[in-house]
Amino acid sequence: MSAGIDLENVCCDFGSFRAVDNANVSIKPGEFFSFLGPSGCGKTTILRMISGFTEPTQGAIRIGGKDVRGLRPNQRPTALIFQNLALFPLMPIWENISFGLEVRGVDKATRRKKAEELLELVELPGAADKMVSQLSGGQKQRVAIARALAVEPAVMLLDEPLSALDLKLRQHMRAELRSIQKRTGVTFIYITHDQGEALAMSDRVGVMSQGRIQQIADPRDIYNNPVNGFVAGFVGENNVFTGSVRNPATGMAGYETKLGTFRARLGELASGENVKLYVRPEHTLLSETAAAENSVPVTISEVSFEGAFIAVHGVAENGQTLVAEIRNDGSATVPANGSQMFMQFDPARAAILPDAAVAKG
Amino acid sequence: MEDLFRRYGHTLTFAFMALVAFWLLALVILPNLTLFEASFRPYLPVTEIGGPKDTYSLDNYAKFLRNPSPWNVFGIELQAPLNVKTFLSTIFYSTIATFITFALSYPLAYYLAKVVQPKSLPTMILLLFIPLWVSEALRAFAWYIILTFNGPLNAVLVGIGLLEKPIRWQQGVLTGYDAVVIGLVYSYVLFMMFPIYGSIQSLDRNQIEASEDLGAKWWQTHWRVILPHAKPGIASGSVMVFMLSAGSLLVPSVLGSTNSNWFTQTIQQWMLESQDWNTGAAYSFLYILLCTVVVALAMWLFKVKLSDIAK
Repeated sequence: MSAGIDLENVCCDFGSFRAVDNANVSIKPGEFFSFLGPSGCGKTTILRMISGFTEPTQGAIRIGGKDVRGLRPNQRPTALIFQNLALFPLMPIWENISFGLEVRGVDKATRRKKAEELLELVELPGAADKMVSQLSGGQKQRVAIARALAVEPAVMLLDEPLSALDLKLRQHMRAELRSIQKRTGVTFIYITHDQGEALAMSDRVGVMSQGRIQQIADPRDIYNNPVNGFVAGFVGENNVFTGSVRNPATGMAGYETKLGTFRARLGELASGENVKLYVRPEHTLLSETAAAENSVPVTISEVSFEGAFIAVHGVAENGQTLVAEIRNDGSATVPANGSQMFMQFDPARAAILPDAAVAKG
Repeated sequence: MEDLFRRYGHTLTFAFMALVAFWLLALVILPNLTLFEASFRPYLPVTEIGGPKDTYSLDNYAKFLRNPSPWNVFGIELQAPLNVKTFLSTIFYSTIATFITFALSYPLAYYLAKVVQPKSLPTMILLLFIPLWVSEALRAFAWYIILTFNGPLNAVLVGIGLLEKPIRWQQGVLTGYDAVVIGLVYSYVLFMMFPIYGSIQSLDRNQIEASEDLGAKWWQTHWRVILPHAKPGIASGSVMVFMLSAGSLLVPSVLGSTNSNWFTQTIQQWMLESQDWNTGAAYSFLYILLCTVVVALAMWLFKVKLSDIAK
């Protein structure tokens, strides 16, 4: 029932603007795959090309191994969930859900039964005869999912469907979507600009910028081992140090920056190469005394309480603001504004990337 | 109200209100009330007005059902009062004209609202409006010329060999009302087009795409998603075209055949030719009432609410 999707050298031009540039990705059957990127990065265009509303200018799209070029959306085994859901306001819920069956000529009794089954699946029993306007945001969300599932698609395409919900409901629906995906086994392709959603739900994430896929990896790799500055900067927060490689040795190297020389992992870099070091705030430790290495003296400028953690901002000698996050578990003392502290990081925990290494279209 | 005072001052506001009140009272309500009152009084020589014969009765209204005459309805021989025959023909061909304007307007409205590039939309709408700048009378006469026996339509059709000899179009090919229906459709098509255009334009494009994505063919999307959404626009367009058609005097006078008779022409004959304003007024009010009943019936049949039309 579920199918894989292959994009081969897919490009899409709108006039002289290249919205998607040479996208290559192979999505496995039953996988939960997210495209993550800022608005205008081409992720929605990819979704519209898979669903058939936009044709690629170049390249091939295969669904279940079959080239779908020239097939209209109503001929493809995909179901799209729109950002605004696009439920039909003039039909009751059950007709909304069974619309895909109705246009295939399924009789009314079967359609009604199927609609009620799907309402059970999305945990909305008894809503069959309500109208769309009577439902809350989260309930509409579930109806949209049921309507897409009714046509038994091989691939579900979701275009930021949670963006209109409030935070609590969004987190709940994340888990819900993931569990529906697991139960049905359908391939999910999810479009979002919200890194939290992409990382929490997906088997794999494709990070996009300026029409190009920058990195495809599982969520941990995306976060821990970004391949370039864009991925590192877009996914999560960072303290960034600009510098150059000094004395590369086995696995480790020195990095000369404005804030002193740091020691960190050596990637595939040559001596003297300009690099950026990305250190996550949660990997930045705060202490009152200087450590042996990778330690920067700072003046605490702001302490913001975020609930689960406390973000401590400190200004270094050169004016750069660094952030360290400490867990709100009572183990560390929260520093006062203006106090002198040291921020340090583990040599194994920094991501080292060549400067300005963003793939551009 | 207070807004008006603040914006225009007392003098201007009172002047506006007095003018509007004058227009409504003196030019709309009073003439109608006078006619309404006259419709219950007999048509008398001037000397007898106000005399013993001048009493209120429903005689003028009762005339509607007089003069039974033979009537051939699609091959069936009937006896019906002449006025009833004229009334029913008017309603029937107005309905036909309404359906044809809908059939022409819906695809055009959909095309303008959802297909055409926004850049070329103003040009398109301008092209549609240009014929409206010409007066209704001239447009009716234009069709008279087009359809006339020695006119351009026959010349072209005979010229390219589609017809062997010219046809008397105005006399009617299907019925005696062919030319009238053509004239009505041409005159009132935009009154249908724009309400439908407005209602289709307000439809979220995602609804159309969602329907197609779920497997609907183009006609299924129209039938289940676009038409239901456009229903208020279709309803108000239809009411407008129907009432304008039924109330048109000019088009049937110019384009009617010897076999056609529009109810407005009957009223005109009473009013102008017989100089019997009393009967003419009675027929007018009866006509308004009957047309309203027809529209109400149609709205009930198509499950249209009054609030839909007001949108």
